Amino acid sequence: MSNAAVTAATTSSAADAGKSALARLGEAFVGRLVIIIPYLWLVFFFLIPFVIVFKISLSQTAIAIPPYTPVLGFGDGLSGLLDQLKQLSIDNYTWLTQDALYVNAYVTSVIVAAISTVLTLLVGYPIAYGMARAPATLRPTLLMLVILPFWTSFLIRVYAWIGILKPEGLLNQLLLASGVINQPLIILNTYTAIFIGIVYSYLPFMVLPLYSALEKMDYSLIEAAKDLGCPPTSAFWKITFPLSLPGVIAGCLLVFIPAVGEFVIPDLLGGSQTLMIGKTLWNEFFANRDWPVSSAVAVILLLLLIVPIMLFQRAQARAQEQDK
Amino acid sequence: MKSLGSIRRDFAPWNDPNAKPYIQFDNVTKKFGDFTAVNNLSLTIFEREFFALLGASGCGKSTLLRMLAGFEEPTAGRILLDGQDLRGIPPYRRPVNMMFQSYALFPHMTVENNIAFGLKQDGMPKPEIAARVGEMLKLVKLEQFAKRKPHQLSGGQRQRVALARSVAKRPKVLLLDEPLGALDKKLREETQFELMDLQQSLGLTFVVVTHDQEEAMTMADRIAIIDKGEVMQVATPAEVYEAPGSRFVAGFVGNVNMFEGKIARGDAGAASIDTGNGITIRTENAGDAAIGAAVAFAIRPEKIKVSSKKPDGAVNAIEGEVYDIAYLGDMTVYHVRLDDGHVVRASTMNAARITEDPLSWNDRAWVSFRPDAGVVLTR
Repeated sequence: MSNAAVTAATTSSAADAGKSALARLGEAFVGRLVIIIPYLWLVFFFLIPFVIVFKISLSQTAIAIPPYTPVLGFGDGLSGLLDQLKQLSIDNYTWLTQDALYVNAYVTSVIVAAISTVLTLLVGYPIAYGMARAPATLRPTLLMLVILPFWTSFLIRVYAWIGILKPEGLLNQLLLASGVINQPLIILNTYTAIFIGIVYSYLPFMVLPLYSALEKMDYSLIEAAKDLGCPPTSAFWKITFPLSLPGVIAGCLLVFIPAVGEFVIPDLLGGSQTLMIGKTLWNEFFANRDWPVSSAVAVILLLLLIVPIMLFQRAQARAQEQDK
Repeated sequence: MKSLGSIRRDFAPWNDPNAKPYIQFDNVTKKFGDFTAVNNLSLTIFEREFFALLGASGCGKSTLLRMLAGFEEPTAGRILLDGQDLRGIPPYRRPVNMMFQSYALFPHMTVENNIAFGLKQDGMPKPEIAARVGEMLKLVKLEQFAKRKPHQLSGGQRQRVALARSVAKRPKVLLLDEPLGALDKKLREETQFELMDLQQSLGLTFVVVTHDQEEAMTMADRIAIIDKGEVMQVATPAEVYEAPGSRFVAGFVGNVNMFEGKIARGDAGAASIDTGNGITIRTENAGDAAIGAAVAFAIRPEKIKVSSKKPDGAVNAIEGEVYDIAYLGDMTVYHVRLDDGHVVRASTMNAARITEDPLSWNDRAWVSFRPDAGVVLTR
């Protein structure tokens, strides 16, 4: 047997040598190209825009087009550019710490996003579990149903919730008619409405990673746990849940990260009483036309999100390692 | 003392009419929708027995094991363990443990935590758990792997962890579902003997499911041959091999030559069988088969002698032509085509290194066997 292996190895190396040097170079080039494309994408559509935003955040607001100063350029030669660079300052960042509005908005956003994430997990886990345990023939249909809402515009779906949640809306009419309540519930324009909106909108992002983690789990592990004296509930917490953790982490981050900066849902469902950073950003940019401050808000938001994103990547790397 | 096969063991509670059965399948039927996996099956297993359920895949043997473990409930009939009806008792309250075919080791736990899992469930005190886990690790020779995760182990090591985990709780009965199925041949043979030693030293009752007849023959005290959800025969390995109860069992376990025919003449267990092709076989093992009954005469290859000349005084000697020879080192297998077209398989131990007058392809040859060498099968 070892002889055969040696023969096989020699044959394959001979085949490698037989390939022309040019062909191998070409292969290497294609390999590189495949890696270069996503990097180019990131440089052009993430890194460069970020540098621009970062530069604006260090500028001062001005009544001009564009509405900030200095505008960097080589119009006055190299020394002119250096002069312009000297005008940049971190004033806007200091401003963010001085006005409680911004700090409150950041903190509220993180809290709202965190609560929404937990709620989404609570709703999403049973759904994903049920899907993973459904007969194999039924699973593609169930998966389709989870993705189905994406076929309608996100904006329209959030608008639809206004119709459901408003004082004279569907929900209140139903509850009033059935006699559960005497007075309409005030849900619209509260944080409750924001939670409902986020849980509803981001549910698929929670369900899909959870489903993929639960679906590949070997059911005989649960049987083994039961066989060793573990009742079903305990088997869930000791076996199923720990093994689905990569899916839980992925789902939570996929919900938490976009929820922190969410604008549409708090704007449409949260009304003017609720404060979230996405709305603050929008106001600074469009109402106040203060590009530098809104850029600073965006940069801080990004830094705030980098921590969970890095956690996410580490969790993914660990999960991949375990699969090996 | 004369005995079937070449081994004799004192442990034989199934021959003792006063022995108390330990596990009883009592007219058990299991249906999955329209499919009947187990059909009105009854079976008795004794304490400390190494019992094998042998059958092809899909014959219902795994379903029997899963019903014993509590993962399936019988559609009809009952299963008793030590006199207690198991119906309605969930798997986590049954005093049986199972070693899974896939091993089902918990991937997120270390080897020692896998082994300790069942003990922790029972609320055993920590120092006792540690002692028991150490003992188990020693038993399966994995002491230095205690802190590893399952994915850092080889297939054979995982098998041992699964075994250690399933015996750690000292169950009344250990169920083994194809325990050696995932191991390579050599490791499988070693592990067979280790399993037997383990069963002896722990004094547990083992019920093993396997499709590998050699494995069942090696390890088990008794074998139940299962086909289409029914028991074909329950007997010791020697009985199954030397005295199969039916054509199916004779063909399923080991190699066999089968001659179909009719009982032509008989007295006191001895008979002549007319195969209708001018061949008449004389046997002493006709049992109570009546004259004229359609029977099969089954004879194992190693009980047939092949020679170039007709042996002197042979009761059964048939002439034919050597059709195929396979030299396997320890033995040689001959395929001899009889003059009626029937191909007979015969195997000879190569007891001597040098053979005088060896047979070759297309040589005329005689196959001969003693009148007590084969069995007559009526079913």
